Amino acid sequence: MAILVIAEHDNRALKGATLNTLGAAAQLGGELHLLVAGFSCAAVVAQAAAIPGVSKVLVADAAVYAHQLAENLSRLVAGLGKGYSHLLAPAGSAGKNLLPRVAALLDVAQFSDIVGVVSPNTFKRPIYAGNAIATVQSLDPIVVATVRASAFDPLPAEGGSAAVETLDAAHDAGTSRFVGEELAKSDRPELGSARIVVSGGRGLGSGENFALLEKLADKLGAAVGASRAAVDAGFVANDMQVGQTGKIVAPELYIAVGISGAIQHLAGMKDSKVIVAINKDPEAPIFQVADYGLVADLFEAVPELERAL
Amino acid sequence: MKVLVTVKRVIDYNVKVRVKPDQSDVDLANVKMAMNPFCEIAVEAAVRLKEAGLASEIVAVSVGPAACQEQLRTALALGADRGIQIDSGEAPDPLGVAKLLAAVVAAEKPDLVILGKQSIDGDNNQTGQMLAALLDWPQATFASALALEAGRLRVTREIDGGLQSLELNLPAIVTTDLRLNEPRYASLPNIMKAKKKPLEVKSPVELGVTLKAHTRLLKVEAPAERQGGIKVGSVSELVEKLKSEAKVI
Amino acid sequence: MREAMEFDVVIVGAGPAGLSAACRLMQLANEQGRPLEVCVVEKGSEVGAHILSGAVFESRALEELFPDWRERGAPLHTPVSADEVYLLKDAERALKLPDALLPKSLHNAGNHIVSLGNLVRWLGEQAEALGVQVFPGFAVAEVLHDENGRVKGVVTGDMGVAADGSHKDGFMPGMELHARYTLFAEGCRGHLGKQLVERFGLAGDTDPQHYGLGIKELWDIEPSRHRPGLVIHGAGWPLDKDSGGGFFLYHAENHQVVVGLIVDLNYANPWLSPFDEFQRLKHHPVLKQYLEGGKRVSYGARAIAKGGFNALPEMAFPGGLLLGCDAGTLNVAKIKGSHTAMKSGLLAAETVFAALLEELPDSAWAPRWKAAFEASWLHEELYRSRNFGPALHRLGPLAGGAFNVVEQNVFAGRLPFTLHDREADHARLRPAAECPPIVYPKPDGVLGFDRLGSVFLSNTNHEEDQPCHLRLADPAIPIGRNLPLYAEPAQRYCPAGVYEVLEEEQGGPRLQINAQNCLHCKTCDIKDPAQNIVWTTPEGGGGPNYPNM
Repeated sequence: MAILVIAEHDNRALKGATLNTLGAAAQLGGELHLLVAGFSCAAVVAQAAAIPGVSKVLVADAAVYAHQLAENLSRLVAGLGKGYSHLLAPAGSAGKNLLPRVAALLDVAQFSDIVGVVSPNTFKRPIYAGNAIATVQSLDPIVVATVRASAFDPLPAEGGSAAVETLDAAHDAGTSRFVGEELAKSDRPELGSARIVVSGGRGLGSGENFALLEKLADKLGAAVGASRAAVDAGFVANDMQVGQTGKIVAPELYIAVGISGAIQHLAGMKDSKVIVAINKDPEAPIFQVADYGLVADLFEAVPELERAL
Repeated sequence: MKVLVTVKRVIDYNVKVRVKPDQSDVDLANVKMAMNPFCEIAVEAAVRLKEAGLASEIVAVSVGPAACQEQLRTALALGADRGIQIDSGEAPDPLGVAKLLAAVVAAEKPDLVILGKQSIDGDNNQTGQMLAALLDWPQATFASALALEAGRLRVTREIDGGLQSLELNLPAIVTTDLRLNEPRYASLPNIMKAKKKPLEVKSPVELGVTLKAHTRLLKVEAPAERQGGIKVGSVSELVEKLKSEAKVI
Repeated sequence: MREAMEFDVVIVGAGPAGLSAACRLMQLANEQGRPLEVCVVEKGSEVGAHILSGAVFESRALEELFPDWRERGAPLHTPVSADEVYLLKDAERALKLPDALLPKSLHNAGNHIVSLGNLVRWLGEQAEALGVQVFPGFAVAEVLHDENGRVKGVVTGDMGVAADGSHKDGFMPGMELHARYTLFAEGCRGHLGKQLVERFGLAGDTDPQHYGLGIKELWDIEPSRHRPGLVIHGAGWPLDKDSGGGFFLYHAENHQVVVGLIVDLNYANPWLSPFDEFQRLKHHPVLKQYLEGGKRVSYGARAIAKGGFNALPEMAFPGGLLLGCDAGTLNVAKIKGSHTAMKSGLLAAETVFAALLEELPDSAWAPRWKAAFEASWLHEELYRSRNFGPALHRLGPLAGGAFNVVEQNVFAGRLPFTLHDREADHARLRPAAECPPIVYPKPDGVLGFDRLGSVFLSNTNHEEDQPCHLRLADPAIPIGRNLPLYAEPAQRYCPAGVYEVLEEEQGGPRLQINAQNCLHCKTCDIKDPAQNIVWTTPEGGGGPNYPNM
């Protein structure tokens, strides 16, 4: 049976996490279908159809789907779902909002944030904030799962030509209404969801010196974080803290500058895809977890890095 | 307006979990348990509605063994009026919990159910959405603000990259995100009073719910320890590696 | 305006002493059908969260409190099966002492290896079932006195105060807990007990209290290396001949061992770091043979009061009592304080209950307490072991140890003289320049670890935005005096890395206090040479969350 992936998009463009979710789906074996439900989303459909490996794109283009309201969308997806072995969506706020509702309508379990495919009905997923990994098996006829994008390689974005099938069902539960949206306009993304994080530790020496990191972050489109030591020393505000007692982040790239790497800090960033450490102390524990370590004076290396980008 | 709020007993957020040597599960023997932090926020949201004169009664519900009465008592100390423990033995999966809650909702007929967006043990983030599906109610997950206007609920939700506002008809389901509020402390007199507030125990059978296993836990392991990588000699080498090898910039 | 609640008895601290007192009070009240309001206030997030002990447990007091403790499921699961004592000569060699050379007080047949934390959790359940109001997560900040100075209760700490002193969103003012009798069972170096000793002059002309810092870890070991019930004690390496202390390694249940080191806090060399001594100790073959291939699962530290009989203050004061290690009832000859703490709680409950029934004034009650205490086995036990600690302090581990063998085995503690140790621990510290610096090996991450990685396993945490609970009477002393004179020893004696001296680029060195890491061990309050650090209670619920410790 085929696998249905629910595309994440904003009616204008397909979100990259969809490609990673398709990457996970490809490990399951089976034809890949991609559902684009939205409103005036032709551009997304075109992108979807170009993904190699997707054999069919299902399109539900209606005003009731414009804002991905779960009440409406869950009925559409549950209706389609009976014909599939798997229903997958990226584990972003949209997928997490939708898929449990779909699963309940189908009377099946849902698997959240899967990070590994063991077999078509058995998955690995983090529990206890990533401090343990559970291997769980589905006992249901349909598997419904959200996929942690960073754990799977994406399918390529271009090169395919999938068939496009338009669905005409437009479900309107009529119980909820979209009022408005306020997307972060700041060039600097939020720490919790940034793709790149630049973090500073006590090695920065002062709050003023965090300006160095901010310049680097702006160049990279990154968020700025800090270690607890830097927060305790009064360099920056507590809401910038990454670590056990601060925010837990898992960006694609984490650049730790002047951070020794106390275990409390590592607990907050160890799931980052790539870790870079810049520290003048070659013995700093951060180097034990860094993919790329640079032993250097940060006051020279950071400006140089910023210029080199 | 009657508000139903759910509370779950979980490992305290300060306690590091440890996987059992036989990898059957995590070891919870003698570790500090507490109310799930997102449930605390849910209770606080309900109490604030009551303090604002918008809610008339708050019913706290927990699904689990007798030990979860401790967390129900905490909810009662924080301002809930009565508690219901659904004695399910060990916690069922989220779909089972949602079915039990749906049965409680059918009996209690609340206008609003507030749940934490997820519990910090299973990290599933499912129960609220599933309950909404079973009841065919509207849902507002990941709420960071909540207001009641002319019989409708206005909810601000935390979504990827920003905030979304929804308006829901009542009855409705809301799940809480961290920024919805700062939960209060339970005071000593309220903790004592909570011991005298009504707390019912119901079985799944009494609620007419037959639980079925939808999943099987095969193994729990500690996450792979991260290995150190390489040291680079210069900034230019670092940039080169990030571009061509790691492909992250 | 603070609210107040009224109780018959308020007990500060849900440890062995406090909970034993609470349980016995309710037993007596229930037996006699008299209503009694007893509450126990505990700063840990739950009962047992802050409890840390070896522990080899002697069940004598437990038998008196709950003769049916087995049926009630008290967690005494591992009887001691063998006792071994070693003198470590250096990093490789050890001398296993024959039984005959051991003081009798160190024989453990009939005792159990327990997690005192779990035993206390169980005691907490018993207390609640008996009708005690147990309030974990509330720290007691102050003692209340009536117009005559009599203790009339306590005040819990304010919750929701920001670091700058302002009130946060959820601010909740402290609550006055009034009581006919207030029992202080905070454990060693209780911050209120210390105030009471001073205010009421309870220490009189006793010796100053002496302390040790106990650091403990819990390990999962390979099943093939596990010998349930084996108790190992030892002394010597890595501590030098001028620094007292000893280690323990107990084989508990579930393929776990506990391992720890107690370092006497009267050490002289400010370069000494108890934490690092412990980390290197684990590499000794006597310990390594069990730990190798295992995995550390928990870590913690706590000071112990080991002055014994000679340092024991008057326990009664107008309106209440100091109990257990808050007074100093540990039997150093046995290295055990739990059964004696429990016994002090039982005696307290019995005398306080009688006083409540008879509505006795303090003038009549206090002598009754004293008589009951002096007639008890607790007093007898402490008296007989009174020379043990001073002998070690004054004569050194070898001669002192020999004295103890003879005194405990031959004379059973009945020698007609008493050794004293009159110098306070903090006063023994010598200037850094006069002492050889100690170079500790880098932690290998296998048997030895760093401080922060260790603190991580204690599950300790404090609400970040609150006033620092480690107060400096004079903020200038750490850098102005302690640093030049003693190389600021807080950096080394603190087992949690709370104190750091940072070299700033401008403005010279600075003391950084990472109060959030604090394990509530109280060592800083004890060992600071200037007695300048005052340990106060942070917001309730903060501190370690020890599982199975």
